[in-house]
Amino acid sequence: MVSRKIDRFGSLDKILKKDIEVKNVNEIATDHHSHSDKRSFVSRYVFSTDHKVIAKQYLSLSLFWALLGAGSAYLIRWQIAHPDTEAFGWGYIEPNVYNTLVTMHGTIMVFFVAMPLLLAAFGNFLLPLMVGARDMAFPRLNMLSVWIFALASVVLFTSFFVPGGAAAAGWTGYPPLSAKNEYTGGGYGVDLWLLALALEFASFLLGGINFLTTAINMRAPGMTLMRMPMLVWMQLIAAVVFMLSVGPTIAGAILLLMDRNLGTTFYAPDAGGDPLLWQHLFWFFGHPEVYVILLPGLGITLEIISVFARKPIFAYRPIIYASIISGFLSFLVWAHHQYVSGMDPRLAMPFSITTIIISVPFALVIFSIVATLWGSSMVFTTPMLFAIGTLGVFIFGGLTGIFNGSAAVDIYIHDTYFVVAHFHYTLISNVFFAGFGALYFWFPKMFGRMMNETLGKIHFWLTFAFFNLIFGPMHLVGLGGMMRRIANPTQYDFLKPVEPLNIFITLMAILLICSQIVFVINFFWSLFAGKVAPANPWQANTLEWSTSSPPPHENFDAIPVVYRGAYEYSLPGQKEDWLPQNLHVGDGAKAALH
Amino acid sequence: MQSWFPENVSTFGADVDGIFWFIFYIVTIWFFLTEGLILYFVFRYRRKPGQKAVYAAGDTWAQLAWVLVPMAIVVVLDLFIDIRSADVWAKVKLQRPPTDFVVHGIGKQFNWEFVYPGPDGKFDTDDDIKTDNELHVPVGKPIQVILMSKDVIHSFFLPHFRLKQDAMPGRRIPVWFEATKIGQFEIPCAELCGFGHSGMKGLLVVHPPDKYQKWYQEKSTGSGA
Repeated sequence: MVSRKIDRFGSLDKILKKDIEVKNVNEIATDHHSHSDKRSFVSRYVFSTDHKVIAKQYLSLSLFWALLGAGSAYLIRWQIAHPDTEAFGWGYIEPNVYNTLVTMHGTIMVFFVAMPLLLAAFGNFLLPLMVGARDMAFPRLNMLSVWIFALASVVLFTSFFVPGGAAAAGWTGYPPLSAKNEYTGGGYGVDLWLLALALEFASFLLGGINFLTTAINMRAPGMTLMRMPMLVWMQLIAAVVFMLSVGPTIAGAILLLMDRNLGTTFYAPDAGGDPLLWQHLFWFFGHPEVYVILLPGLGITLEIISVFARKPIFAYRPIIYASIISGFLSFLVWAHHQYVSGMDPRLAMPFSITTIIISVPFALVIFSIVATLWGSSMVFTTPMLFAIGTLGVFIFGGLTGIFNGSAAVDIYIHDTYFVVAHFHYTLISNVFFAGFGALYFWFPKMFGRMMNETLGKIHFWLTFAFFNLIFGPMHLVGLGGMMRRIANPTQYDFLKPVEPLNIFITLMAILLICSQIVFVINFFWSLFAGKVAPANPWQANTLEWSTSSPPPHENFDAIPVVYRGAYEYSLPGQKEDWLPQNLHVGDGAKAALH
Repeated sequence: MQSWFPENVSTFGADVDGIFWFIFYIVTIWFFLTEGLILYFVFRYRRKPGQKAVYAAGDTWAQLAWVLVPMAIVVVLDLFIDIRSADVWAKVKLQRPPTDFVVHGIGKQFNWEFVYPGPDGKFDTDDDIKTDNELHVPVGKPIQVILMSKDVIHSFFLPHFRLKQDAMPGRRIPVWFEATKIGQFEIPCAELCGFGHSGMKGLLVVHPPDKYQKWYQEKSTGSGA
């Protein structure tokens, strides 16, 4: 059947149209479709094993948590700008409530927004579609992982309401502060916090197994490893890095739970324990975690830029190799969080070298993206704006990372707002900008409707402007020496010069949060009233665009056959500037091309 | 930008700032190069009707050189930064000059406690001098502070001296500095240490040598009496 429909090579549009017509016939004829229609509402939307539904469940949960994360950011900023006044819509912020906010903001944004959004939601939705599979390798395991994540969410949410409140020992939870209630790092809240993290890690371990198995075993015929879309590669590397690094931290969390509840003394120095042990176990995972979030973000950026630059990704293979190398290197840099922690100061130099060297593979990725833009034919849709925004912002974040990586400079800027500004530049570029880019880009595929471009562009420019106005000046606050996690900078004489900046940053933060209303309106309006999306609105090559929007229950009517890499845009000698991975160009057609 | 830094009053502060500026100039050049190139491409390569993009997949060495050469420059600069950085790190954290001025700095929720050996020159004896939140030192003399903590992790931060070191319960961590200026400087805690973290601060008072001696005499007779 595949060969029949490309006997005559017309324009691509014609062929695709025919493709879809053939599919419609299939839909009626194929058995599993009439069967799948019998699924009840609950098995279709709640306890579903369909990777696309699971992806939407992750997406909903992460957007819910993003609201709480933004709310906590607002209260933190209010307190910093106007200490000990009543925050609008909340009231007076007690000192320990402030510590709770700081702790939960970090925990929520890293573990309950970034990971479920970039890995779980987009990974789940796109990975099977992009490799041409009907679903994940283990659909039930996939459902288990989202429900474990839901349980983790419930546990974390509950921790706000237990006696003593949620955890208040920072998102890094350093003992002894987190180990004993009398140190005011939180009571039951810390236990629930540890439990929620352990559950979420278990959930992502299961997810990682699924990602690996699916990408290795379930690829469509012709989909060789080096034809896989970049995002699939990035998800794979991220999954491996996550699975190899998370073990020590889970062990560390269990030791801390035992210290808190069973009277053990792993972290208690007066009884033979060592608080520094936690820092090593935590950061051994904590730093690779950064790359677990970053790589999918870069993958998304690469996908979007290639489509809208109408160019192949420059240096596809070297980017993959560089990402794998950065994955390995990420296991060797953890102690750069601990230069001044009291570990042997001689360790600082080896870790400083590995840390600064990790900029090399990323430099290659960045230069390759820039090279992709050269000679391109750019279309500035909303996703493209967000992708370019990711690139621009991430470069800034990467460069400020060099300051942090240098052990000597870190003596001064460690635990100051310079570090806060730096990691927001790197993480927000990849979660916020790449995340939004991905939403705008794949929304038609997920929900079958287009998002509004005008609102999308307004959203981008507001977000881009306010983001930079917040975190740009924040570097200066850090250079002024302002420490992280202090509730009231006005208590310090040496911080007087940065007070006006703090007020300005808070105003910008409020405006940034308000700008997201544009997105929320666009999202819900488009969901119900957006223009109906065609199968391939962006004229993209990857397999997810070869099926309908949204894809049917098992993704493809017939498993596609892959003939080429994912980025054959603007191939010389061809009329169209795109060439889908699954389009077979027969001998006669090839001749017609030239 | 220099004006955002607190005034530097230590002997090694200028070295730390020097590394900062060294990195600053390097990354600023890279920032304008890369972001400038992106901006230029964005304006230069907008879609125009009837014009196709250049098919360049970067799969030949000639093309790859465009990213490999800048990458090699990054490697060289990285190592350069590391080497310069190592010297300053060693100066601040490893090569503590010998000194007879040793103080214990003890973090506790939510104060800094400082202990001077009394006239007998020994710690943990009856004539130890204890101060709360005040560290008095003479100018122009290497000072060694041995950091300890009674409860949680605190961080001894001297912003004007470009010095920071965590005080870790169960460990005695020596740090050193030498003041170049007389005055009073804040000692904030830089590590989240509980509900009173914000506002946990001590005061470092740098005296001229004779004034310091006077303060020390007053304190030691006061505590001995």
